Amino acid sequence: MKRDEPHRYWVEEHELETPEPQQTPEPWDDTRVVGTRRPRVDAYERVSGSARYPSDVILPGMIFGAILRCPHPHARVRSVDVSAAQALPGVRAVISAFTPLSGALSAHEKLIRETLFPALCRYEGEDVAAVAADTPYIARDALRAIVVDYEPLPFVSDERDALAANAPPVRPDGNRVAAPAVYERGSVEAGFAEADAVVEGEYRTECEFHAPLEPHGCVAAWDGDSLTVHESTQGVFPVQNGLAAALGIPLSKVRVIGSYMGGGFGSKLSLGKYTTQAALLAKVSARPVKLFLTREETFLAAGNRPPANMRVKIGAKRDGTLTAIEYEATGTGGAFQAGGTSGLDFIVRDLYTCPNVHSELQDIFINAGPARAMRAPGHPQCAWAVEQTMDLLAGKLGMDPIELRLKNIPTVSQSRGDIPYTTTGLAECLRRGAEAFGWTAARARAKESTGPVRRGVGVAAGMWSSGGGGPPSTAIVKVFADGSVNLNLGASDLGTGTKTVMAMIVAEELWVDPDSIQIEHADTGTTQYASASGGSKTVPTESPAVRAAALEVKSQILALAAAQLGVEAATLELREGKVVTASGAPQEVRLAELRELRRAGVVVGVGYRGPNPQGKAVNPFAAHFCEVQVDTRSGEVEILRFLAVQDSGRVMNRTTYENQVRGGVVMGIGLGTTERRILDRGRTGLLVNRGWVDYRIPTALDVPPVLEVLPVDLHDKECNHTGAKGIGEPATIPTAPAIANAVFHATGVRITGSPITPAKVVDALTAQRRGD
Amino acid sequence: MSASEGGSRDGSSGLSRRGFLSSLGASAVTVALPVPLPAAPPPPQVVPPGEVTRVVLKINGRAYPVLVEPRWSLVHVLREVLGLTAAKEGCGRGECGACTVLADGEPRYACLTLAVEAEGMEITTLEGLMDGEELGPTQQAFADADGFQCGYCTPGQIMAAEGLLLTNPQPTPEQVRKALSGNLCRCGAYVNIFAAVERAAELRKGAGGDV
Repeated sequence: MKRDEPHRYWVEEHELETPEPQQTPEPWDDTRVVGTRRPRVDAYERVSGSARYPSDVILPGMIFGAILRCPHPHARVRSVDVSAAQALPGVRAVISAFTPLSGALSAHEKLIRETLFPALCRYEGEDVAAVAADTPYIARDALRAIVVDYEPLPFVSDERDALAANAPPVRPDGNRVAAPAVYERGSVEAGFAEADAVVEGEYRTECEFHAPLEPHGCVAAWDGDSLTVHESTQGVFPVQNGLAAALGIPLSKVRVIGSYMGGGFGSKLSLGKYTTQAALLAKVSARPVKLFLTREETFLAAGNRPPANMRVKIGAKRDGTLTAIEYEATGTGGAFQAGGTSGLDFIVRDLYTCPNVHSELQDIFINAGPARAMRAPGHPQCAWAVEQTMDLLAGKLGMDPIELRLKNIPTVSQSRGDIPYTTTGLAECLRRGAEAFGWTAARARAKESTGPVRRGVGVAAGMWSSGGGGPPSTAIVKVFADGSVNLNLGASDLGTGTKTVMAMIVAEELWVDPDSIQIEHADTGTTQYASASGGSKTVPTESPAVRAAALEVKSQILALAAAQLGVEAATLELREGKVVTASGAPQEVRLAELRELRRAGVVVGVGYRGPNPQGKAVNPFAAHFCEVQVDTRSGEVEILRFLAVQDSGRVMNRTTYENQVRGGVVMGIGLGTTERRILDRGRTGLLVNRGWVDYRIPTALDVPPVLEVLPVDLHDKECNHTGAKGIGEPATIPTAPAIANAVFHATGVRITGSPITPAKVVDALTAQRRGD
Repeated sequence: MSASEGGSRDGSSGLSRRGFLSSLGASAVTVALPVPLPAAPPPPQVVPPGEVTRVVLKINGRAYPVLVEPRWSLVHVLREVLGLTAAKEGCGRGECGACTVLADGEPRYACLTLAVEAEGMEITTLEGLMDGEELGPTQQAFADADGFQCGYCTPGQIMAAEGLLLTNPQPTPEQVRKALSGNLCRCGAYVNIFAAVERAAELRKGAGGDV
C-alpha cells in the first residue's frame, strides 16, 4: 500500500507463531501418493474454462475502473480538472487529489491526497486520477477527458547516473536509499594475499518485468460497510490487512477472495494502490467495480526485478580452495525503498565455503516505477556474476568447473553463524547432473566443433536464501458423514500445484482419492490465515499443517471406530475408506457406517505448522547444465539441451515439480537471452518497451527441445515432517549464468551484461578477432 | 534464440504473432511514404461513443443477437457482455494470444477483432470445445500432460492447438512450436504444452479425428 514502506518480503525472522501441532508426526519414509506423478486436482477447471479468475468475475451492476497515470518521469501535479470527464454519459465516479472529497470519500482525504494520488509524481506511471464508468471504453474516454497541469521536473532514469554530483535528486536527501549495506567475514586482504589465482570482473543484469498473463487488479464490491474483493493475488491475507488498514475498517469487514489467479512471480504479494482505488470507486458509485491494469500499466507500475551492477573478485589456492570473495553491487527499486538490492549478495555469502568475504550493496533511487520481489530477488543477478567468475577461475586454475565447485561445498550457513544446513544437496546436484548430462564427454565433443557454428557446454550452481517455510499456518481437514473429505487452507495456488500437493498429503494419510477432496482456499472469509504464496515456501509451510490436520482428523475417526467396534484405537488403521484392524483381523467398518460420525455430521481436524528446527538452516540448492550452439557470423545462440538438477527435498508431485522447474528455467532463459527494460536514459526518461512485442519474454520458439529435470532428494528429516523444501525460486537462479558459461565455452567470449543478444555476441567476437 | 528470429508460420491456419507484426510493419511503411495527400480528404465517419449497433454473433453454434458499440472488441463482448469468460484478455493488443478463439476454424486474437467484424464468422471459444460437462480431446490432452501452470494463457493455447490440429492432424514438433508461437506462457510451461498437443493429436486420432 504505502510505497515508501521498506520492501517487505518473506523474512523468516519476522514470522508469527502458531500453536504447536497436537502431535508432532514422524517424517514419512515411503509414501503411496506423495511423490507420484499426478494430474492436478483442478486440471478440469483450468482446461474447461470453468476456473473463475478474478478478472472473470461479473457481478450484477458491475462497472469498470481505470487509472490515469503521470506521463512524465518526474513532475509536480499543479491541478487536475475532471469536469469534462464527470460530464461524460456513463461515468459514475472520478477521484483525484484535486477533486472535492465529500460523502463517502471525506473520511479518506489523507489516503487519497497523499498516498493514492501524490502531487509529486516520481515516475512515469504514478497514479493521478481514477474513474469508474459503465464500460471500460467509457472509462478510457473519461481518462482522456481529464485535464492535468504538470510541472515537469529534472529526472534521472539510470542508477549508473544517479550518484553523479549533478544528478537530479529523486528524494530530498539525495539518491542513496541508505548507506551501503556491508557484510564482512574474515579479511579479504589476507585471503587475496594467500591466493594463487585471482580473477575479477564486472557484470550487469538488466531490469526485468514479471509480466504475468493476468494483469494486476480486482473486482471490489460493498454491501453497506462490508467490502468484498476478488483479487488476482498471491496472498489474500496481506491484501485484506492492507485494505483494512488503508480504509480504517476491521479485518472482519474486508473479505478478499483469491481462488484462481493468472500468475504473479512476486508482483502480487501485497496490496496495490489499484485495489484501494477500486474500493473507493465502488463506494462512491455504489456499484461493484472491476479494475484491472492494462498491460502497459503493469510494465510501468506493477513492479520489476531491479537491474544489478556487480563487481566480483575471487581468489583461490592452486587446488581450487577459495580464499577470498570481494563483491560490490548497486541496484535500484525505482523512486522508492522497494528492495533495489534485496538478496543481491546471498550467493556470495553462502553458496561456497570461503573464510574471507566482503560485500557492499548500494540501493539507489531513480525516477522509475517501484521494484517488487521477483522470483528469487537478487539471486539470479548475483549468480550471473559469481558463477561466471567461478567459470573464469576454473579456467585460470586449469580445473574443471565442476571440480572447482565441488572443492568448495558448504555444510554450514556461513552468513548465519555457521549453523549447519539440514541438507546440502549442492555436491549431489553437481555430481549427478554431470553424470546425467554427460558433462565430460559433452565438453570434449563441443571443443571438436569447427567452422562458424560452435558448440559449448556450461554449468552454474545456485541456492535460495529461503525456501524452508515456517509458521504461521493453520489448515483444516473435515470428514463428512459419508467419509468424503474437505480441505480448507488459506494459501493461494499460483499454478504451482499447491492444491494438488495438499490433496495428495490428505490422501496419503486418509486413504481417499485426491480428486474426490473438496478444496476451499485463498479466501479470507472462509479459510485460515496464511502468508502470501512466495519465497518458495508454500509447500514447506503448508504441507506440515495440512498433514497435521489430516492426522488429527484421522485420530478422531479411529477413536469413533474403536468405540463402535469395542477395540483399542491404537489397533486400528484407515485403509481405502474403511477402518480396519492393523493386525488384519476381520473386524472393519466403512467410514459411512460410523454411527457417531453420522450423528455429528462432520469431524473436524485442525493442523498447525510447528516451528523450524533450532540452530539449523533450511535451503534448496541447484545446478544447471546447458549445451548451446553459437553461430559466430550472426551471433545467434541456440540452446540445444538443458538439465536442471534441484535439491528441494522431497518431491511432492513429480508432475507439477518438473513443470515448475521447467518454468523456472524458461524464466532464466528470458533473463539470460531476451529480457531488458529500456528506459530512455538521458533523453526523455520514458519507458521504451511497454509491451510484449518490444519487451520479449521467451516464446514457444525460445525454449530448448530438451529440457530435463532431475530431482535430488537427500531425505531431509529435519527441515519439517513432510521433508519438502521450496522449489519455485531455486529453479530459476543458475539458469542464465549456465547459458553464459556455455556461450563462453563455445566462443571464448564472455558476455558480462544480460541479455546475451546476437549483437552483443557479434561485437564481442569482433573485439576478440581484433585482439581488443 | 535463433529459431525465434526468423520465419512466419507455415500453413494457412490463422494469424501468428510474427505474421501479425510483419503486416503491421508493412502498413507503417505505407503510411511513411511521401504520397501527397488529397487537398480535401473526405470527412471521417465518426460514430459517437454510446451509439450501439445490433449484430448477431455466431458463437459455439448459437446465434447471439447483441447491441454493441462499433469500437468494442470481440473479447470484450465475449467476456463482459455474454459472460463467456474462458477467453482471457492478457494484453488487449495482439501480443499474448490469451484471447485466441477460432473464427471459421482459424485461430484469431479476439482482442484485435471488433465484435462488428465478427458478424458472419463462426466463432468457437474454449467453452465450445466441451461436450456437455465432458472435456474435448484437446482439453483432455492439456489436463493429462499438465500443459499449463496458472492456466490463464491456457484457453488461448488450447484454441491455437485446436486450430492447428483441425488443418494439420499430425503436426511435426516444429509445426507445433510455430503454431503456438503467438501464445505466450509466462509460467514457461511450453515443453508440457508441446507434449499436450502431441497427446491431443493422438486422442483426436482415436476419436476418429472429429472435434
